[in-house]
Amino acid sequence: MYKQVEKLSIGEKKNWKGLFEAIPYLIPMLIGIIVFRGGPVLASLIISFLKWDMILAPEWVGINNYLKMASDPLFWKIMRNTFIYIGIAVPASITIPLFMALAVNQKLKGIILFRSIYFLPVVTSMVAIGLLWTWLYDPQFGLINYLLESVFHISGAWWLQSTKWALPSIIIMSLWKSVGYNMVIYLAGLQAIPQQFYEAGHIDGANKRQLFWNVTLPILSPTIFFVMIISVIGSFQVFEQAYIMTQGGPAYSTTTISYAVFMQAFQYWHMGYACGLAVILAGCVLIITLINFTYQRRWVFYG
Amino acid sequence: MRRINLDEVKKYWFKVFVRISQYTLLSFVGIIFVLPFIWMLLSSLKLPGEVMIYPPKWIPYPPVWSNYLKILELMPFSMFIVNSFKVAILSVIGEVFTCSLAAYAFARIKFPGREFLFLTLIMTMMFPGQVRIIPVFMIMKFLGWLDTHKPLIVPFWTAAAFGTFLIRQFFLSLPSELEDAARIDGCSRFGIYWKIFVPLSIPILVTLTVFSFITSWNDLLNPVVYLSSYRKMTLTVGLAYFRGQYSVKWELLMSGATLSVLPMLILYIVAQRYFVRAIVLSGLKG
Repeated sequence: MYKQVEKLSIGEKKNWKGLFEAIPYLIPMLIGIIVFRGGPVLASLIISFLKWDMILAPEWVGINNYLKMASDPLFWKIMRNTFIYIGIAVPASITIPLFMALAVNQKLKGIILFRSIYFLPVVTSMVAIGLLWTWLYDPQFGLINYLLESVFHISGAWWLQSTKWALPSIIIMSLWKSVGYNMVIYLAGLQAIPQQFYEAGHIDGANKRQLFWNVTLPILSPTIFFVMIISVIGSFQVFEQAYIMTQGGPAYSTTTISYAVFMQAFQYWHMGYACGLAVILAGCVLIITLINFTYQRRWVFYG
Repeated sequence: MRRINLDEVKKYWFKVFVRISQYTLLSFVGIIFVLPFIWMLLSSLKLPGEVMIYPPKWIPYPPVWSNYLKILELMPFSMFIVNSFKVAILSVIGEVFTCSLAAYAFARIKFPGREFLFLTLIMTMMFPGQVRIIPVFMIMKFLGWLDTHKPLIVPFWTAAAFGTFLIRQFFLSLPSELEDAARIDGCSRFGIYWKIFVPLSIPILVTLTVFSFITSWNDLLNPVVYLSSYRKMTLTVGLAYFRGQYSVKWELLMSGATLSVLPMLILYIVAQRYFVRAIVLSGLKG
């Protein structure tokens, strides 16, 4: 980082004064990057080559932790869970909030109330929501099975206790909690679209559907891209849900990589192995985000 | 003449029909979001015997308000709330101050490597907390801060990316004539920041305050990792701990959940627009 600063400043010596002026303002941030935000990411990479239980001295084991992962069926199950979660949650958190935003963008009396209600779960803690939904999912006395049976005449499932339904249950609950957040982002994007565009389209004889596909979506595409990026990052972070509702079970069916990092590190004290998982997690986020940024040129429209 | 009237009548009723279906749809979605909260409240007012029945009883009569007293006896809820407030307030004050300092340098001081440093800061936002928690845990252990509130507070005093970004955007929009005038009057750089920029950006500072307060209040990962003794626990980790102790006492768990949600609900109702604005601003410039 400092090398870069030097390189840039060769041609512009005058600005050194600016650097000295700026440093007092930036000291907390620099400490933050080195100690709490950037540095630890690199440190995780180094620790992933160690065997370390925080009691005995750390031991250099090379890529052993990664080899152990590759040969561990549980690791592959965790990766599978993680990508199932992302494969469902990301598309859903891009599309559902868009429809919600379109719905609450209408000029109707009391629409603000609906907006606030849809947003309500966002401000509450995942712990409270996790507890609440564990109760809703209760196979015998829970509200969900009761409503399924009494309204739709479908017999309910064992939700969180079944290996088949536990992960989908957590995905549904997480979506319920978070869609309001993306809705607000979309709503801001929708309200920033100049009304003239719609008027012009109207004069040219476009109907509502055509206006949506040819005006709303292209102008909204940078917002959709942003929502996509934050949804991917958010979906890799599933921890609280599993911690509160299932402890990763049953039979590891809700253990995702973030939860596995936590378990390996703070339940089993396998610091090296946990850091290896953390590095894989960082690598996945990095690769998917890079792919997203590469392909954005094809569909994101910057007006 | 009659025909036109008939058309108008038709149009009117079509409009009414559209309105009714709009509200029906909005209300249906609204029920999905509200019903779980209502169920939480209703469950918290039931007797143990009323919770475990099928088909479930909707309205508890008479409401068992004593569940709330019971939970206050069973777990030191008031202590958890004090801890949560302490952690949230201290971390938010530090965050708003350090973020606005860094944002001022990024927005108003020209120095070599500025863009690179800003980009580095933004990049740190990309990694989930789990990627760095192990090395940070080791640092905290080295400092002897385990089982204290410091690990939940001090990292927020180091200008996190989101807040710095938010405030920088706002500072960039302030006219430069302001500081030119102040400088002519002999105002120092820090004076400009403290006496001009900070007072002018109160709305955005409040926005960051509300947003960060809610984030800190709701955090679970860090309290779970750093706090081990009962007396230090924040509300989220306390509630999770309580869940382990009384796993099927749903009427008590729901009163605990209701109590923990209540402060954020009040804050949300009072300061809704600030919280929403933080999200909006992050999205518009993202």
